[in-house]
Amino acid sequence: MKFALSPEQEAFAASLDSLLSTQDCDAATRAWASGDHGPGLKIWRRLADQGVAALTTPAHRGGLAEEDGTGATTVDAVLAFEVLGRFCPPGPWTDSAVLPCLLDDEILASTAAGETLVSLAFPPHVPFALDADIADARFLVDGARLRGFAPGTPLASLDPSRHLFEPVPGDELGPALDPARAFDLGALLTAAQLLGAGRGLLEMSVAHAGQRRQYGREIGRFQAVKHLLAEVATALELARPLLHGAAVTADPADVSAAKVACGDAAHLAARTALQVHGAIGYTAEHPLGLRLTRVRALTTAWGTPAVHRHRVLAAIAP
Amino acid sequence: MDLDLDEAARQFRGEAREWLAAHVPRSPLPSFDTAEGFAAHREWEAALADAHWSVVSWPREYGGRDASLLEWVLFEEEYYAAGAPGRVNQNGIFMLAPTLFSHGTPEQLARILPKMARAEEVWAQAWSEPEAGSDIAALRSTATPADGGWLLNGQKTWSSRAAFADRAFGLFRSDPESARHHGLTYLMADLRAPGVTVRPIPQLDGEPGFAEIFFDDVFVPDADVIGTPGNGWRVAMTTANNERGLSLRSPGRFLAAADRLVSLWSSAGRPESTAARVADAWIGARAYQLYTFGTVTRLASGAELGPESSVNKLFWSHLDVALHETALDLLGPSAELRGPWTDGWLFSLAGPIYGGTDQIQRTIVAERLLGLPKGDR
Repeated sequence: MKFALSPEQEAFAASLDSLLSTQDCDAATRAWASGDHGPGLKIWRRLADQGVAALTTPAHRGGLAEEDGTGATTVDAVLAFEVLGRFCPPGPWTDSAVLPCLLDDEILASTAAGETLVSLAFPPHVPFALDADIADARFLVDGARLRGFAPGTPLASLDPSRHLFEPVPGDELGPALDPARAFDLGALLTAAQLLGAGRGLLEMSVAHAGQRRQYGREIGRFQAVKHLLAEVATALELARPLLHGAAVTADPADVSAAKVACGDAAHLAARTALQVHGAIGYTAEHPLGLRLTRVRALTTAWGTPAVHRHRVLAAIAP
Repeated sequence: MDLDLDEAARQFRGEAREWLAAHVPRSPLPSFDTAEGFAAHREWEAALADAHWSVVSWPREYGGRDASLLEWVLFEEEYYAAGAPGRVNQNGIFMLAPTLFSHGTPEQLARILPKMARAEEVWAQAWSEPEAGSDIAALRSTATPADGGWLLNGQKTWSSRAAFADRAFGLFRSDPESARHHGLTYLMADLRAPGVTVRPIPQLDGEPGFAEIFFDDVFVPDADVIGTPGNGWRVAMTTANNERGLSLRSPGRFLAAADRLVSLWSSAGRPESTAARVADAWIGARAYQLYTFGTVTRLASGAELGPESSVNKLFWSHLDVALHETALDLLGPSAELRGPWTDGWLFSLAGPIYGGTDQIQRTIVAERLLGLPKGDR
């Protein structure tokens, strides 16, 4: 048993991290929110060049996912999505990553290459389709069947960079390959983004507490502030093994546990970040809000906390 | 990254499970904080030791079976799942022994560990003093050099197991001129030595789980100093990290308790009012298990326990309280009746206090893990 990241995995995550730190993700997110997709799509392609869009696609469809014991694992995908969560670039990343669980088709190759954006609706737990207006392909999981859909009424998300649409069911495309696995993967990758966002918010808060001065000293010297941030660190530290454990076992109870714990930890990180930053964090100019609203949106995306707690109970108390 | 057990680990776990199934007492032993329970637990410890299950991770020469840290975690899971008795010598096994392995002399190891493994000598911890709880550096009890050893004077308090234990370990101020963390010496003492008075203190459950220990010119030989005189703080930190970290509260304890909570909830008709909290208790226990697997992997590759011990303790102490409070809420009016859940709840309440309070742990996490500036306490 080796329950720790390999040096290669650490290096992969670090390389994505340094790539995204050179992109202005916050500006791209603001532009995306106002309808200018250009800067966001540029980041999408940069990440796709690093293989991020191909991590869950099998090799015979042009992807990197493990087949015959070699290739990218779900842990690698989770690591990439943690980094996405930390920087919060816009776009339907989860939808594209889940597609290989639903069909085995040529479209996977162009999705893996980052050329095709996918929007996915998965009622009842994913009832609204993200970025369906600019997606190149739209899929609706209708029980055991897969359909196309047209973007219906646009819906305003509390996260302005998430453009949501009512899916209007279209033609049936055939049976969905493995909808249960697709839901689990979607929930897992959403949990990964939540954890990443939580870690980003904690780092932001620690940096702020170390330089913001009140009453003649840095606010990070005050025990009240320290203790809030220590609670956040504890919640995040203990959520991460659940996330990585679920990526290893693919057990639905582990996936749901990870979704609940990462959501709770990220929520605590977001609320604490706002409290530590004070009024400046409440302004639209400050990047904190981009993450705070993303965290709240992802908390209910791909299964609400209540849905996932019930899945845990269904698994452990049959 | 994997969670697969190799053949040897699976075999180890199977052997432990089989032995425990055959030997764990059918009905629970009385509390080890009673004279009767203390004696019964000594017998249980001797039976464990006969089969080399009392200190699995120790070398064989001291009564262990050279088990790896992972095997120790697996053993603990089996131990708690089997509903086996609490460990009367846990202060010795999980706090003193790791310190001896790091700082003890070969003579000390050979003299002390085999008796500890069999609970022939049960150890009490003697950390706290009336003026020093979490703030160990404020200790006032003294150790004065004497011919061939030291004379101890002063008072320790809230000493777990001291009411019935044989020996105690703790810190004493050996240099009266020194301040705070300096001039402290880590010593072991015989609780039956002339000059020692032990006054039992009942805990919330009414049993004497604590005691005060008064030292009045108690002689301790040089052989019972751990590490070098004056260097006790550094030595004690090894113990503190062990207490807060892995060893005292193994994930097996919480996994077993979470499983019992889930059964209780199921048999109560799966009430919706407690569903979320029951799920959260299981999620917390699973998180702690996986976190521990991560720690074990890191330690096996040469890392040392640092401030993550405090993260660990904050997490499990809260989990323990929340889990037991959920069980009591689920039991409704019968929750006030004494039983395993009320005993567990009372015990859980001590978690956020002992081994350094939650407040101390949060400050450690903030300063040493997050790098926030040091400030007023």
